[in-house]
Amino acid sequence: MQSLSNRSKVVSDKPMTFMEKLYLPAILGGMWITFTHLFRKHNTLKYPEQTKAFAPVYRGMHVLKRDEQGRENCTACGLCAVACPAEAITMVANEREKGEEHLYREEKYAEIYEINMLRCIFCGLCEEACPKEAIFLTDRLVPTEYERADFIYGKDKLVESMDYRIDITDRQSTGKRTEK
Amino acid sequence: MVKVTIDDKTIEVEPGTTILSAARQIGGEVVPPAMCFYSKLPGTGGKCRTCLVEVSQGSEKDPRPMPKLVASCSTPVMDGMVVKNTTSEKVKVGRGAVVEFLLINHPLDCPVCDQAGECHLQDLGFENGGEGTRYEEEKRTFDPVDIGNKIKLHMNRCILCYRCVAVANQLTDKRVHGVLGRGEHAEISTYIEKAIDNDFSGNMIDVCPVGALTDKTFRFKSRVWFLKPMEASCECTKCSGKTVVWMFGNEIMRVTARKDQYGEVEDQDGKTGWICNDCRFEKKDISKWNIIGPRKINRHSVISQGNYTSPRQTIKKLN
Repeated sequence: MQSLSNRSKVVSDKPMTFMEKLYLPAILGGMWITFTHLFRKHNTLKYPEQTKAFAPVYRGMHVLKRDEQGRENCTACGLCAVACPAEAITMVANEREKGEEHLYREEKYAEIYEINMLRCIFCGLCEEACPKEAIFLTDRLVPTEYERADFIYGKDKLVESMDYRIDITDRQSTGKRTEK
Repeated sequence: MVKVTIDDKTIEVEPGTTILSAARQIGGEVVPPAMCFYSKLPGTGGKCRTCLVEVSQGSEKDPRPMPKLVASCSTPVMDGMVVKNTTSEKVKVGRGAVVEFLLINHPLDCPVCDQAGECHLQDLGFENGGEGTRYEEEKRTFDPVDIGNKIKLHMNRCILCYRCVAVANQLTDKRVHGVLGRGEHAEISTYIEKAIDNDFSGNMIDVCPVGALTDKTFRFKSRVWFLKPMEASCECTKCSGKTVVWMFGNEIMRVTARKDQYGEVEDQDGKTGWICNDCRFEKKDISKWNIIGPRKINRHSVISQGNYTSPRQTIKKLN
């Protein structure tokens, strides 16, 4: 059949010449190719010491944001859970008591908020659904664990701490909510 | 019988029928939305103006069009009347303006509100509302108050449809709540927050088109789209006992009356199926109910989001 790419080579089984039977030139030629690779530009990083920047749209571990005054943005509206195609998110809402205004932004808050990181497919639909700019996917990686139960992240792992704020200003879905 | 044409669909109805109920007899897309009109409560309607329609021909004898958009819930049909609802550009603009006015003082706290997912104002805003707001002034605000120990009133969310006042008028002889004040200062209230202790006061929650009156026993418990509505019945001496229980797993989160496609309480045994407060607030134990089966929910409603049975049936129908 006619070759489509015209790059095919016809295989021949004619007997090898004396030089070919020596094999040495072919071995040396191969070793030379290997040697020249030493001086090429490296394609890999020395990972733990060097890291590569994530794309701004990278979807890694979730964070539950607090606002500028440290109040939790999440109001347990359930839109992330209903948007989640993997059904990884569960929550239990509670009413904010008097005197807790510095902790929660709205009169309702998530008492329990859990994401099962084994179910999560990091599609980012929860971030897109969130009307309160509470949940974001970040450039952090979900660490490996030994127990399955350890992959169910509660509020202790998801809510950012005030001393170590997570920067989400590069995310595409920031600025959805206009300040009152 | 008089002949009326709504959006090129003709129907014959009894004289004295309103345009809205004639449209409901046709059904489908021609039905104008209604926030304040409630067919089971005489005296409601004519307040919210969302059901505005254009009458392009007044009647057979007098074919002049009506000069302004009319409220279809309180305008009776005439023989040979031609009404435009979805086909009229004027209605579209007018209804958009009504939605904008209704939302002027509405807090839009849907993520917090228990009514979200079954809220008529949400549906109305979604279908007819604009993308943004032009209102820059302060919204009027009230603190949430308790009406009795089972009902919470969020006056912020109220659109003053007067349905709850009508339900109290028609179910009880001693109404203790009403609308106080006028204009922007109008609010649903009871004198000195007097508790409403009537066996049927909970029906105020069912007739409220927004989240102004909510069930305190269900307050922030769950979201309606996580619950499975099941038809249930129980032995009740006060009411028909025919309700919908909203279940999460094997737990009954809340109990409501059975509502039809227009959000109105259905008739049970020949009368409107209002349910009593005992059934609504007290019976949260599954052993007290006889669960009949899943409630039919519109496939496009967010409440049926976890229901995977209907698409397969649709495919079967297509084949």
